[in-house]
Amino acid sequence: MKAFTYERARTPAEAAAAASRNPGARFIAGGTNLLDLMKLQIETPAHLIDVNGVGLDKIEATEDGGLRIGALVRNTDLAADERVRRDYGVLSRALVAGASGQLRNMATTAGNLLQRTRCPYFYDTNQPCNKRTPGSGCGAIGGFSRSHAVIGVSDACIATHPSDMAVALRVLDATVETIRPDGSTRKIPIAEFHRLPGDEPHIDTVLMAGELITAVTLPKPVGGKQIYLKVRDRASFAFALVSVAAIVQRDGTGRVALGGVAHKPWRVEEAEAELPQGAKAVTARLLAGAKPTPENAFKLKLVERALASVLAEAKGA
Amino acid sequence: MNTDRRAPTGEPGNPDFTRRGFLVIGTSTAAAAMMPPLAEAQAPAAGPSVMTKVSFNVNGKACDLELDTRTTLLDALREHLHLTGSKKGCDQGQCGACTVISRGRRIVSCLSLAVMHEGDNITTIEGLGTPEKMHPLQAAFVKHDGFQCGYCTPGQICSAVAMLREIKAGIPSHVTADLTAPPQLTPAELRERMSGNICRCGAYSNMAEAITEVAGGIV
Repeated sequence: MKAFTYERARTPAEAAAAASRNPGARFIAGGTNLLDLMKLQIETPAHLIDVNGVGLDKIEATEDGGLRIGALVRNTDLAADERVRRDYGVLSRALVAGASGQLRNMATTAGNLLQRTRCPYFYDTNQPCNKRTPGSGCGAIGGFSRSHAVIGVSDACIATHPSDMAVALRVLDATVETIRPDGSTRKIPIAEFHRLPGDEPHIDTVLMAGELITAVTLPKPVGGKQIYLKVRDRASFAFALVSVAAIVQRDGTGRVALGGVAHKPWRVEEAEAELPQGAKAVTARLLAGAKPTPENAFKLKLVERALASVLAEAKGA
Repeated sequence: MNTDRRAPTGEPGNPDFTRRGFLVIGTSTAAAAMMPPLAEAQAPAAGPSVMTKVSFNVNGKACDLELDTRTTLLDALREHLHLTGSKKGCDQGQCGACTVISRGRRIVSCLSLAVMHEGDNITTIEGLGTPEKMHPLQAAFVKHDGFQCGYCTPGQICSAVAMLREIKAGIPSHVTADLTAPPQLTPAELRERMSGNICRCGAYSNMAEAITEVAGGIV
């Protein structure tokens, strides 16, 4: 690990200002992803700003009937919140599908959104990776790509976003609230928060330098049957090959987002019109233009079957 | 990872080649183990150290340390406070051998910086019980033979203690059927909730028996 200086911020504004004073600084909250990457010298911040003491650890009702989730609310606490379990079940389900009990106790809402890909070529510093070292190439394209993205990919990168939580937030139409070093704030729809790789795969989100997430807000509950199905190589503590977050109403209409298939949570609103027609029709629209590799083409069929299972569960129960 | 590994000394009986010394050599390198102690718990080529003071409470005892900012909570416990019960397995949050309880919650101490724990109350396996007065879970692990090599055991027991509290607090898991009902300690719940602790010897079934027996009086 490279040496770094360290400070504890007391308020969100102080944290953002500290980041602008220290180019190359990183915020640290749970640390479960950042520290791992620092040990491998994939992340080499010269300065860490510990934001654990800035507050932002509450879940509060909003005026329009939704919830404001503080950036530092731990994944365990978010999954266990009575309102989330009752009104936003897909979020609770997605959270407990991820990581382990220990990691969920540490990981925060904002940190979960900002975690980096688990592409093995990103993690192996002996391999080319445009995300880790821009311009070095992509080892996954033409390499071992079973776990990689099948849609929204570029010639520079086929990494996936690893979060389960973000897929649920996408289907719930969440908004990310931030503060910038100059003290101004903004609200970013979750659909626009994560980027596709394009020719700049080293940039994961639209956040600017020093911009700190302060909260994630959820609109008022939409009801429906809320399901998160995660398909993975072992029953627990593994990243998704494919995941489906769905909210299905009694009349068969609804929303669906996918994890494990793209550089961001994948949702195509137009495809949702096909939900009453079944999984095959939805998947055809959702994954139109997919560019799988020979090793991960199975994901297209897996999405259709996972979605079929979700729709059957929604109908049957 | 090259860490601050002191040459094996101070063990009663055989100071030349102890079990702990063997483990030190096995988990880093013989050369690193025989080198004089480095100033910091990191590779010497990684740049100048930045020292920071931190105070926390471990097993009821106040600890004031001055550490390289890079020091993980695990390294602080093992290398600076000499509480070697918590184990370094993978050092990347995947095996659970370093599990300790911080602020009442189980965490992996390898993925947390010591300086991030200012003012925290931390419990390690040494704080749960002693050979003379074991924690009920420690006694149950012995009774049910819930280990083979024992390397993962401190993490398993710390994890299980906190896991039972999580069930009691109503925290759901991936296998909880009804999100709005209080979770129960079924065999499926136990396996899912303990999935962050790996046992290469495969002593899982005996651990499950031990945890289930103790939970009978708790959950």
